[in-house]
This record gives sequence, C-alpha cells and structure tokens, in this order.
Amino acid sequence: MKIELESKAVLSGQHFLNGDVACAEGALAVGCRFFAGYPITPATEIAERMARRLPQVDGVYMQMEDEIGSIAAVLGASYAGVKSMTATSGPGFSLMLENIGLAIMTETPCVVVNIMRGGPSTGQPTMPGQQDVMQARWGSHGDYEIIALAPSSVQEMFDLTIEAFNLSETYRVPTFVLADEIVGHMWERVNIPSAKAIQVVNRKKPENPPSEYAPFKPDEDLVPPMASFGEGYRFHATGLTHDENGRPRTDSAEVQQRLVQRLCEKIRRNADKIVKVERILLEDAEVAVVAYGIASRAALSAVRKARAQGIKAGLLRLVTVWPFPDKQIEKIAQKVKALVVPEMNYGQIVREVRRVAKETPVVFMSKLGEEPHKPAEILDALRRL
Amino acid sequence: MALEWKFTAKEIAEKPELFMSGHRACAGCAPATVHRLILKAVRGPTIATNSTGCMEVTSTIYPFTAWKIPWIHTAFENVAANASGIEAALKILKRKGKLKHEHVDVIALAGDGGTFDIGIQALSGAVERGHDFLYVLYDNEAYMNTGIQRSGGTPLGAWTTTSPAGKKIPGKPQLKKPIANIMVAHEMPYVATASPAYWIDLLKKARKGLEVEGPAFLHVIAPCPRGWRSDPSKSIEISRLAVETCVFPLWEAIDGEYNLSAPSKVIALRPERKKAMEEYLKTQGRFRHLFTPEFKHIIGKIQEVVDRRWQRLLKKCGMA
Repeated sequence: MKIELESKAVLSGQHFLNGDVACAEGALAVGCRFFAGYPITPATEIAERMARRLPQVDGVYMQMEDEIGSIAAVLGASYAGVKSMTATSGPGFSLMLENIGLAIMTETPCVVVNIMRGGPSTGQPTMPGQQDVMQARWGSHGDYEIIALAPSSVQEMFDLTIEAFNLSETYRVPTFVLADEIVGHMWERVNIPSAKAIQVVNRKKPENPPSEYAPFKPDEDLVPPMASFGEGYRFHATGLTHDENGRPRTDSAEVQQRLVQRLCEKIRRNADKIVKVERILLEDAEVAVVAYGIASRAALSAVRKARAQGIKAGLLRLVTVWPFPDKQIEKIAQKVKALVVPEMNYGQIVREVRRVAKETPVVFMSKLGEEPHKPAEILDALRRL
Repeated sequence: MALEWKFTAKEIAEKPELFMSGHRACAGCAPATVHRLILKAVRGPTIATNSTGCMEVTSTIYPFTAWKIPWIHTAFENVAANASGIEAALKILKRKGKLKHEHVDVIALAGDGGTFDIGIQALSGAVERGHDFLYVLYDNEAYMNTGIQRSGGTPLGAWTTTSPAGKKIPGKPQLKKPIANIMVAHEMPYVATASPAYWIDLLKKARKGLEVEGPAFLHVIAPCPRGWRSDPSKSIEISRLAVETCVFPLWEAIDGEYNLSAPSKVIALRPERKKAMEEYLKTQGRFRHLFTPEFKHIIGKIQEVVDRRWQRLLKKCGMA
C-alpha cells in the first residue's frame, strides 16, 4: 500500500511538462502536502496542478481569498507540521511580503514560488521578467537573509523546488523559487527519479522534554529545533522581537541585536553550503557572462559561439541568487578582463556583481518585455570587450 | 430618493453607447452586455474605476478602448478604495467650486474574484465610510481571466480548474458566498441583484444606485460561456433561467428593507412557476459530472440550498 502512495506522489519516469507543472511535481516529490494559493498569471498552472494532485496523495489544496491569505495559511500549515508552499507572480508576491517577514521572524519553513512577469504593477502578465530578484531579497521590512533559487530549465523547476524545500527545512527560512515566465511556461523533458533517489530533508525536532524546550534557542548551526503545534511542546511564536523562549521582548536592545543577528548569520555563515553555481568553460576564460534563469540559456549559446570564433569566453550560471555568490564571482572577476551581465530587468543583480567585481569592468545588458536576450546580442557584447 | 426613472426602449437605443463595440470579450460574454447596459443608465458625467479582471483586459486592448468615459484600472484588491478616493476628491472640488458639473457619478466595476474574495475588505471599508458611488459586481462565478479557477462566488458542485470534478471531490464542495446579503448587513442605502435577461429592471436598478445618496451595490449575474462550458448563444437565456429557478432571485433592499423585484415576485406569488434546478444545471458543462450516478445526489443538495435561500429571502421580503 505504502509503495502505491509513494508512486502517486513521485511520478518516476520521463515526462514532457511545463515548468509550472514540474515545480508542482517537485514539491509533491519532496513531501509538500499543503498548498494555499490564488490564481495569477503566469503561476496559475502550479495551483491547478496542486488542486488536482494533492487530493490524490492525501494533501490539501486551499484556494484563498487573496495572496495575503495564501501565505498566512502556508505559515499556519507549516507550524502544524506539514511541508507547505504557495506560488504567485509579482503583484501577489508584493501582497505576501508582510507575512514573508513573519515567516522570517518566526523561522517558519515554507517555499514561495514567484513566476516573474513584467512589472511594475500589473505590468505584462503573460510576459517574462527578472524584475523581482531585489524585491525577493529586500521586499519585507527589517534586516534579514533569505534563500532564493533561479531555475533555468523545466528539469530545474523540478529539482530546485525539491532543493528549496530542503534548504527551507534545514535553515527554517522562507525559500524562494524565482523563475521567469518563460521557464514557467515552456515545455521540456523532465526526468523524475525514483522516490528513493530523492533527497528529503526534514526540519530538526526537539530532543529535550517539553519542560526544557526553548523554541528559539539555536543549536550550533544557529538554527533552533522546531516542534509542531500539538506535539506536546507548548510555545509562543510571534512576529514581535522575542527571546529564546519565544516571549516578546519589545524593549530590549540586547534581545533585538541577538535575534536579528542570528536570523542573518544562520544564512550568512552557511552560505558556502547553500550557494550553488554552474561553471561553464571558465577554466581559461578571459571574458565571462554572469547570468541566471532564462538569460543564462542565451548566454550559454553565446559563449559557445564565442569559443568557436576564438574568444575565450565562459559562463557563470547562478543557481542560487540569494545568498549572493560573492566568493564565486569574486574569483572569476579577478581572472577575467571583463564581465557581461544580461538580465530581464533594468539592472538588479548587476549591482551585486559590480559590488563584488570591484575594478573589473561589468557590462550590463538590460532586456524588458516579451523577448529574452538573443545569443547573438550577448555574443556581440563579448566580442566588443 | 428621486422619482423613478422612466424610459422607453427607443430612448435607451438612441442613448449614445458609452461602452463601445469592438472590445475583445468572447462570443456570448454576458459581462460585456452588462457593462453596456450599466453605462446606458448613467445620468451625466461618470467616472469608472475597474478592478483587474476579464472586462478590464478585454475592453482596453491596445490600440483600442471600449470606454467613452474616463476610466482607470486599479489593482485587483482595491477598486472600492480607489472609488473612495475619486469620490472624496470630487466632493472637495465641488465644495471649492472647482467642479463644473452638478454631479459626477463614480462607478466601481469588479468581477466576483475582485469582490467576493480579494476585494471585500476595500468594499466593506468604502461602504462603512459611506462614499457616494455605485459598485457593480459582474458575477461570472469564477476567475475567468486566469483560466477558470474557483472563487467565493462559484456555486456548489461547479467544476473549475482548481475545484476539478474527480473521484475525490464533486467540483466545488463549498457554497456560494451570499455577497449581496453581506452588503445589506452593512446597513447601506441601496443593494440590488439583477440579470441581463431582465434588462429594464437592471437599468432601473443601476440608475437608482447612481441616484441614491451614499454607496450602492449592484450584484449582476453574468454567464461566461468559456467558464460555464455553455452555448455562447444562450447566455441571456441562462441568466433568465437563473432567476426562474430561484438560484439567483431578483430583489432590492432600500435602507435594509428587502423587496422582491417583478420577475421573482411572480414566482413567489405562483410557486408552481419555479423551475427545477436541473433545467439550469444542464445548460452548463461545468455541472456535467453531476448528471452521473456517482454525483447525482449533489443536484439534490444544490436544490436544497437554493430552496433554503429562497425561503429565507421570502421571509425577508415578508412573503413567506
């Protein structure tokens, strides 16, 4: 019986899916059993897939009254002990930001998928964008660190959704899957491995008895073990600044300092473990492209063409966007004579690249609207360096 | 309240169109008909504010606009708040003598998603503050703009892409939110329901809503052939059947006093005229699964809900 259930959650085998559907399947495969969402182009297909699939695996799909309700329900479900997710696009992501702050403060594992479209405001709902990467990092108020992954293929929509859940469970931090509309809507082959081959990380549980449990007292990795509601551990979780026992301490500078510092440091200190990049043809590169998401696909093509023309070009593809791969970029910036950063926005990640690259010139290539960068355009930029 | 607006069909036909043809709504789109009718009821200068939704998209596709009046597209969740701002600004301009016109009307337009769900907070707030505007809810009973997802306005048993009929669930398992009654509970001056099949009734109600001092709420049933999986040539027929089966009775509540409107009053007086729910359900593919042995019992449930709500309404109207 159990095997049957497993096979229903993990559709092992080869499939032809779009990115949104692959994302939903990744979530199901890693054990997500709760989805609260609200229709929004171009992320609706994730909700639709979850609405069909979750009842099949004894999960719950809830359509909420808006995105504020969606993320709030996700936090509730996560604290009740179920891996939970929501999916949206720019306008919905904007509405979720206060509760994302609450998730950061209450250290609630959850995954938020943002299939980025053109903004600001309603913008271009059916067109791609990479305009929410800074919002994902800084959108909620206060100081904090989050994790964000940027898939560039349908396979990665599956893989990185799994990764997002694992990171979120490990570090008790909201984790974002930041995909652009093209990656969300395009169809590609996806290999779904067997259930056994999927690495599943679950949140740490307290080992001490309820009487000794301090819900926000961290272990050495700065992450506190997490009891679920109803497991016998009575505790407060609050958006107010709180001490290790979860009690609000709104008048203590010391508690504020310690808490905010830990919320940031638990990610910063583990950045080496979290950050993933793909290095392509960088060994002997003299010029390099730094790209993520859909732009990285055109960049790859451009780099190969440049090589064919004798230009020693390479590509650093950011799989993790946040925490920012400072070290990885710094290393390459020191080696090459210039960097090219193509993005489907008006200049966001390029600011970070420039910060890290220091003296190395960084050429930014903006693209707004329906078409992604053409390989020829990036090739042209490489040739002119 | 002003004297009842009287008009002939000819006069209405001759009134200029303020919601023009050439928009990109689907064939048989009742919301488009509703918009056209609402704008036939205006009494003078009028401003429309439109929540995100089908009609916002289809009426303004570049390089065209269907609107012959000033129009603004707001975010999904706050058309009523936006209308509040417009109305308050007009009030100030009038007080300062800077408004040329005797009165400028404000209409807020939203679908069921923008009203039952994400927009209800803004709507409730605007009505509590008492702004003088007409809120028109065109109810096609799901998020049609994003491709047919269930909303708080989707009725029990209806298939949508997020309430898929399958082995586990029979379409939407929950009831439709009684939004118009919720608005009456705000003790607002005017609330009414309307159907494009009874267009004279609809026009009169829209006009009353504009003329009344303070907020008015008009809930209009508006079949969507794409989402309801219905024959595009039958949208008006279906919106008539909704009234005849009492799934969508027509009434108005003036200062909280409920009154049945003529098409529903006839049924109240002669209950044998009330049609069975099946007649309504079978016109729409979204209820198709209910005609299988597995889910047949849901039809009985739907009938029960409709009957219960109808009886409650009759009581409120003093006709039980």
